[in-house]
Amino acid sequence: MSYEANLRVWRGDAAGGGLQDFTVTVNEGEVVLDILHRLQATQTPDLAVRWNCKAGKCGSCSAEINGRPRLLCLTRMGTFTEDEVITVTPLRAFPVMRDLVTDVSYNYEKARQIPPFTPREREADGSHRMQQVDVERSQEFRKCIECFLCQDVCHVVRDHEENKEAFAGPRYLMRLAELDMHPLDTVDRRQLAQDHFGLGMCNITKCCTEVCPEGIKITDNALIPMKERVVDRKYVPKTWLGRTISRRKD
Amino acid sequence: MTDLERHDYDVVVIGAGGAGLRAAIEAHEQGARTAVVCKSLLGKAHTVMAEGGIAAAMGNVYAQDSWKVHFRDTMRGGKMLNHWRMAQLHAQEAPDRVRELEDWGALFDRTPDGLISQRDFGGHRFARLAHVGDRTGLELIRTLQQRTVALGIDVFMECTVTRLLTAPSEQGTAGSVCGAFAYRRESGEFFALQAPSVVLATGGIGKSYTVTSNSWEYTGDGHSLALAAGASLVNMEFVQFHPTGMVWPPSVRGILVTESVRGDGGVLKNSNGNRFMFDYIPDYFRKETAETEEEADRWYTDKTNNRRPPELLPRDEVARAINSEVKAGRGSPHGGVFLDIASRRDSDYIRKRLPSMYHQFMELAEVDITSEPMEVGPTCHYVMGGVEVDPETAAAVVPGLYAAGEVAGGMHGSNRLGGNSLSDLLVFGRRAGTAAAAHAKTVSALGLPESDLEDARDVALAPFERGGGENPYTIHRELQETMNALVGIIRTAPEVEEALVKIEELKVRAKALTVLGQRRYNPGWHLALDLPNMLRVSECIARAALERQESRGGHTRDDFPGPSDKWAQINVICTQEGESISLTRKPLPVMPPELAEIFEESA
Repeated sequence: MSYEANLRVWRGDAAGGGLQDFTVTVNEGEVVLDILHRLQATQTPDLAVRWNCKAGKCGSCSAEINGRPRLLCLTRMGTFTEDEVITVTPLRAFPVMRDLVTDVSYNYEKARQIPPFTPREREADGSHRMQQVDVERSQEFRKCIECFLCQDVCHVVRDHEENKEAFAGPRYLMRLAELDMHPLDTVDRRQLAQDHFGLGMCNITKCCTEVCPEGIKITDNALIPMKERVVDRKYVPKTWLGRTISRRKD
Repeated sequence: MTDLERHDYDVVVIGAGGAGLRAAIEAHEQGARTAVVCKSLLGKAHTVMAEGGIAAAMGNVYAQDSWKVHFRDTMRGGKMLNHWRMAQLHAQEAPDRVRELEDWGALFDRTPDGLISQRDFGGHRFARLAHVGDRTGLELIRTLQQRTVALGIDVFMECTVTRLLTAPSEQGTAGSVCGAFAYRRESGEFFALQAPSVVLATGGIGKSYTVTSNSWEYTGDGHSLALAAGASLVNMEFVQFHPTGMVWPPSVRGILVTESVRGDGGVLKNSNGNRFMFDYIPDYFRKETAETEEEADRWYTDKTNNRRPPELLPRDEVARAINSEVKAGRGSPHGGVFLDIASRRDSDYIRKRLPSMYHQFMELAEVDITSEPMEVGPTCHYVMGGVEVDPETAAAVVPGLYAAGEVAGGMHGSNRLGGNSLSDLLVFGRRAGTAAAAHAKTVSALGLPESDLEDARDVALAPFERGGGENPYTIHRELQETMNALVGIIRTAPEVEEALVKIEELKVRAKALTVLGQRRYNPGWHLALDLPNMLRVSECIARAALERQESRGGHTRDDFPGPSDKWAQINVICTQEGESISLTRKPLPVMPPELAEIFEESA
């Protein structure tokens, strides 16, 4: 059952670093995060890895495995062959702090800039009435665990540090869409999405959707509809739906 | 320490889960200069893993529901050891706490007439849990996080508090809180927070056990900080083992499988295919539990004329039953039992109601829960014991110190009902925030004790400087194995005594912990600083478990199998003198007659 895996892990800090090779025991059913923990316990006690729930719910253990942005806790060792070298590197779009831990403060800064949710008044009986079908669109986006894999993979910022100022990234453009579709919210953020958060820089290549561990259709359900809402500020759901359907026929 | 980074606030909240953020929001809104310190990034706290929902008697699905029924369910679930006043406030205030989340952007699942939907859960008479699929904790944490950011509250992310600072005391009393000493995990640099009010919201202790649903943060920091500052802990022997954790593959052993699976129709079966829970209905719950599978199955659609399925008994009952089935040789191939929803609900319903369970089993175990049963077994999930607090204000006995959420004790008695944790942290998080802000207005700032700051720094750096060679990962593993094997779901005096001997040995070895590397984001060092907390809390659990000679809720003594009338009236209190823990027995607070009537009416 158990075997020795070949792991190549990036170690270093802001000043520099490089890949180091390790041989680590792997047992049945384990994920990459288990292997890194075994490395900490037996060979490299100071190996820096960010993690929390180890169940794919908190979005802390984001890194790149063989160059692909992934959660360490949801990547099963069984998806690799036993003789394969598995390379683990920090998220490329963010500055390295140490080893596999990066400085993700860019994301928290963008979150702060979004005008907050502002609800309409409660109804006379003190409740907010909403239909399930109306809350579901925003609910899909609120499944986001803020792992920032979409932010990491997005080519607008991945190798273009200079774009970070003007571009909030898929996670926060999706947040703007979530608020825009929220049945209770009263603030119009559409122009801001375009002018301040860089919605126009997204050219819908869907890389964000591909890496989302929650399977959220970021591009199709959040970013494209948001772009359409920006174009047509007199948004009416029926018109939008009609347009979407007719476009599919083209 | 003239070169130490210092900050000045009215209220400092330690922990950024639901209780911490709710306390911070309230303190801020009361006008207090407020800061939150948390070990992880904002939005990653353990609350994010809560699945099923928030218990609140809103009456949206069953109009007959009321705070009195919720209060009764909570007290009975806790086998009447709950602090009655906490359980009362909790049941009365939970609906408003849920409603205000909507004003901050939360989007709960809806009833057909557009209200917040409510689902069934173990031990609750009516469908009562406000929820979002099976990711309610994520919705709660994100809502509170976004509110915290909108209000501009300062958050010290990835920072760990290692000591509470107190002013010199009057003779015989605990000195007032005046701040906290912390380090930044990223840089290893130290800083101090000066504040007349500190709210502990650090969650639980699960990382002292091998099989647990808890994340690495759950090292009992708040329990331990409170003890060291002179506060008391109540009923630490009560540890909840959630009946349904994953058991296979080994690397995911302990990860939570939400109670909603049973709330939404799932049943437990042994290797003979029997719904064994019908064999484990205790007399205490017999009147309200279905006797036949037919009645149990009818209950999902008609609650008025049928009684609840035994799969939805409180968690302590179900966990013990699973434990017995496995011991009797009727377990599943990997040492659990079967949780089956596939044969009882259609695929679309399961994927709609339990999306993250579907995802979790698919990704981690390659099991499709819409077509095959899950294998599940008990996992260390929650500690009912915690800091002894005043119900109205969440104040500990140390002036200026407050505790809310899992770190506080009393609310849940000997066993917590599912769904009562998220409501607990909202209700008492808010109360702690209110009281902490009010306290800060009444006292003038106390200076930080310089000698304590220097000592706190020296203690934190010691693992780099001493030889001794003990590895923190090794000591941690040995502690987990000890607690899991000897102070687990079923306990006996000789085993708990053996655990205490082992803990003493580990405490000695922990003084020789040695850390390699440097201070920047060094997990080995971080663990070395968390370990003394885990050891202290584990000792409290073991000592209290030995003290209470009965079985009740989350404390089962094989050598004292039933509940005792004598112990029904006693709280076990832990305090710390120097390095040693002492225990005292304290009578339970007496419930006023008008509340006691609620139990007579329904008996």
